[in-house]
Amino acid sequence: MHNRKLAALAATAAIVAAACGSGATNAPSTGGTVPPTAPPSEPVATAGPKIIDAIGPGEGELNLIVWPGYAESGANVPEYDWVHPFETKTGCKVKTVKEAGSSDEMVTLMRQGGGSLYDGLSASGDATVRLIKEGRIAAVDVEKLFPEWKNLWSGMQSPIHNTIDGIHYGVSHGWGANLLMWNTTVVTTAPDSWSVVFDKNSPYAGKVTAYDYAIYIADAALYLATAKPDLGITDPYELTQAQFDAAVALLKDQRKIIGKYWGTYGDNITDYENGTSVLGTTWPYQIGALKAEDPPIPVEAVLPKEGATGWADTWMMSAEAAHPNCMLMWMDWMIQPSTQQQVVEYFGEAPANLKACDLIDSKPGPYGYAGFCTDQHAADDAYAAAIKFWKTPLADCGDTRGTTCIDFSEWIKAWDEIKAAT
Amino acid sequence: MTAIDSSHAIPTSLLRRASAALYRRPRLVLGALLAPPVLWLVVIYLGSLVLLLVSSLWRLDPITTVIVREPSLRNFAELFSFDKPYLGIAAHTAAIAAIVTLVDSALAFPLAFFMARVASPRTRGILFIAITVPLWISYLVRVYSWRIILSDDGFLNWILGFVGLTGPGSLGDLPIALVFSYIWLPYMILPVYAGLERIPQSLLEASSDLGGHAWMTFRRIILPLAFPGIVAGSIFTFSLTLGDYITPTIFSGDQFIGNVVFGHVGVSGNLPFAAAYATVPVLIMAAYLLIARRLGAFEAL
Amino acid sequence: MGGRMSRIGLRVASGLTLAFLYIPIVIVVIYAFNDSKNQSWVRLIDSIGAHGFGETFSLHWFEVALNNDQVRESFFLSLQAAVGATLVALVLGSAAAFAVHRHRFFGRDAISFIVVLPIALPGIVTGMALNAAMNAGIRGFDVGPLHLTSPQFGIFTIIVGHATFCVVVVYNNVVARLRRLGYTLEEASMDLGADSWQTFRRITFPSLATAVVAGALLAFALSFDEIIVTTFTAGTEQTLPIWIFANFRLPNARPIVNVVALVMILLSVFPVYLSARLAGAESAGSIR
Repeated sequence: MHNRKLAALAATAAIVAAACGSGATNAPSTGGTVPPTAPPSEPVATAGPKIIDAIGPGEGELNLIVWPGYAESGANVPEYDWVHPFETKTGCKVKTVKEAGSSDEMVTLMRQGGGSLYDGLSASGDATVRLIKEGRIAAVDVEKLFPEWKNLWSGMQSPIHNTIDGIHYGVSHGWGANLLMWNTTVVTTAPDSWSVVFDKNSPYAGKVTAYDYAIYIADAALYLATAKPDLGITDPYELTQAQFDAAVALLKDQRKIIGKYWGTYGDNITDYENGTSVLGTTWPYQIGALKAEDPPIPVEAVLPKEGATGWADTWMMSAEAAHPNCMLMWMDWMIQPSTQQQVVEYFGEAPANLKACDLIDSKPGPYGYAGFCTDQHAADDAYAAAIKFWKTPLADCGDTRGTTCIDFSEWIKAWDEIKAAT
Repeated sequence: MTAIDSSHAIPTSLLRRASAALYRRPRLVLGALLAPPVLWLVVIYLGSLVLLLVSSLWRLDPITTVIVREPSLRNFAELFSFDKPYLGIAAHTAAIAAIVTLVDSALAFPLAFFMARVASPRTRGILFIAITVPLWISYLVRVYSWRIILSDDGFLNWILGFVGLTGPGSLGDLPIALVFSYIWLPYMILPVYAGLERIPQSLLEASSDLGGHAWMTFRRIILPLAFPGIVAGSIFTFSLTLGDYITPTIFSGDQFIGNVVFGHVGVSGNLPFAAAYATVPVLIMAAYLLIARRLGAFEAL
Repeated sequence: MGGRMSRIGLRVASGLTLAFLYIPIVIVVIYAFNDSKNQSWVRLIDSIGAHGFGETFSLHWFEVALNNDQVRESFFLSLQAAVGATLVALVLGSAAAFAVHRHRFFGRDAISFIVVLPIALPGIVTGMALNAAMNAGIRGFDVGPLHLTSPQFGIFTIIVGHATFCVVVVYNNVVARLRRLGYTLEEASMDLGADSWQTFRRITFPSLATAVVAGALLAFALSFDEIIVTTFTAGTEQTLPIWIFANFRLPNARPIVNVVALVMILLSVFPVYLSARLAGAESAGSIR
């Protein structure tokens, strides 16, 4: 009886293995390095990727992966709705808005269903280059497709995270920094340094929070760049083994004062609402959301003196998009000044299109006010240069250290250890 | 069975002849019956499980972030090494699962016993509905309601406040065990009820006729006969706790097997590693199932 | 004395277990009527004290929920998926039950084991396995000159995922009933001149009907509430649990979630009652 069962299972396995072996004909057999859900292999373009330069008629539907707050339809705050006007104007119904919690999640989603499940995404710098290199993003001729592109702030027109060898792979959306937020009734002295979340003897132990994603190791490295200068950290994403170990050790210590990490903005908000968390890193969106609650949760935020990590987001279209024209129309829509005004006011970031600032100053929405753009350092080159935008840690340090840096897969494994530390 | 003798004057319609023919060919019927479920379960489901197992031998290339199909045991080496956290996380998850199973057995037994042997048929029916209705309410909602109950300004603290106590809060092992016990409770009650219900009344009467008082009857007759039902229920409480990732995300900063696996597959796209780690609960459950089968739990399902 | 005490103790213990089971449900029901977005219990009590019941409770969120497109669409999608999965599970489960009960064949014992696997294994394992298989199918493979692909993630893949673990509830119910029925009635029917189809139609099927319906109701419930496997197989579609998962941590959507929960409670009472009546006190226990 047992033998028969085992035999049946073994037979199944054999059949499947055979099918698996012969079924992988879509994978080029060079060393077996194949993307897990790659589309049928396209020939590697020797003359450069195909650059899209015209928008055809809309397909009537659009499926997006976005950071929360990037595709609002008035459900949260009625005045912040740029999805319905888009639908009316273009006839493209925004069918799916998948809010992701991290860049890795976005990359994984883009691989689902042969790459054609979602038409596009708002990718941060730590996802863009990866996706472009995998061949998942369509190259676009920004000048022909998007008349508004020339009005974008110079720093956002062709940034390195979405423009490679002069070829554009999307349009910039906006940028901002990860801030330090605290509950003002509990944390009575306003902090100005990240040291408060790394303080082993913190009076708020058990109620500190941090972003639940491996890229947060860069935040620890950034803090150590100032706190422990002999480590010589210049780029928090390109760390030598010694620098990496120091950052991980700091985070393992931090684990002792952390009550709960937040993986999605909803968790972050809920944790501050019910007092589970009172201090920690956050995105500007949560600050606005907490303040807008009834009754408002008393929070404030600051960009600490050591600086901060941040994100610069780009709207990109999938190379296998099922609705490419609608996606291009969306990209064009998102850099219009009026849309940019709504988005950056609602989320709390700096716009890519500076014309939005004039609109915010003259006719601010519920979350906006005159001087908003100045506070966000919208046209401030020096400030933007000081923010360490998310990018994928690679073994290639990009400087004299060669390829001795720690790549992101190690960051992910280290993050498991950090969270399990006691 | 002798076939109907068709030489008599019985109307032989096409349908009748077809049924007779099929009756004579049981293997054909068997094949037709078996083909769809086997095709589905064995080829599609088992096949994809086997593929998952195979992919656990591959690895994710860090530079290009594509899956390299070169078989190796490095994922498992990493999982089972002592200076990595994964063994500890698995042990922690299994410990919580065991606690939940014990708590649910204790909670379920009185109610199941009452339903099976004491309640009138009408009460039994009502209780049965009462136990099954929570299963229809979204799991997420039931989990989230505990967030409301356990938070600092929640229901539990409010009630305990009247006697000067505070609850366990909403973070940590105690709240998690509590919530898991709550969620899986109906899955334990029903098989235990089934097991208890099967005990023939005659056995209990015989036991008391032979001089056994209530407690002895309970310990010697009822408990052993109910045990397969408990084991059947424990399959669910154990398995569901081992693989869950949603509840730990809400109630804990700690790591469980479920959210580590989910983090690696849903976020990092590292299917080989996630698949390798997922074999741990699969192996545990396979062993558990085989033991449970031997203890007769499958009859009680 | 001893008997009386243990009888009372039994009732008390049962009552406590039932209370434990229902307190969170009562709380959800209360919150569905909570006018405020805030989910703090203490604030709710304070509000009753300060403003009375009328100001604190209302049907406001019911209206919002009914008008919410996403809630409606995800509800109907869940309904469709549950119906589809139940039908598939009925066919597969009954077929397998008949095969196992009536015939002897190689691998017979394995069937019971394999059928229960999708439910016994953690949902995340089933989800990952199916997701990887579906992705591979969507990429397609070449069979000679043909390039075969499976459908994109959507209602079809959701049904495939759900049906896989729903088969077992139908299978177990039908097998249990078949065992209880035995062969005597059918043999008598054949002796009296009925062919196998007539016997099936007139004798076997009616006796099985209640078990089949009970299994179908449970399969429906399982499918409707499922979240983990669905997350891996739904693609861009949103079933009701997926919608709840995306929204129950958001301040603006949480009150809607409470309303949805209350509606699900009310909707579930009837099918559960039906299932209990049909299955009867006997096979009520053989749920899975």
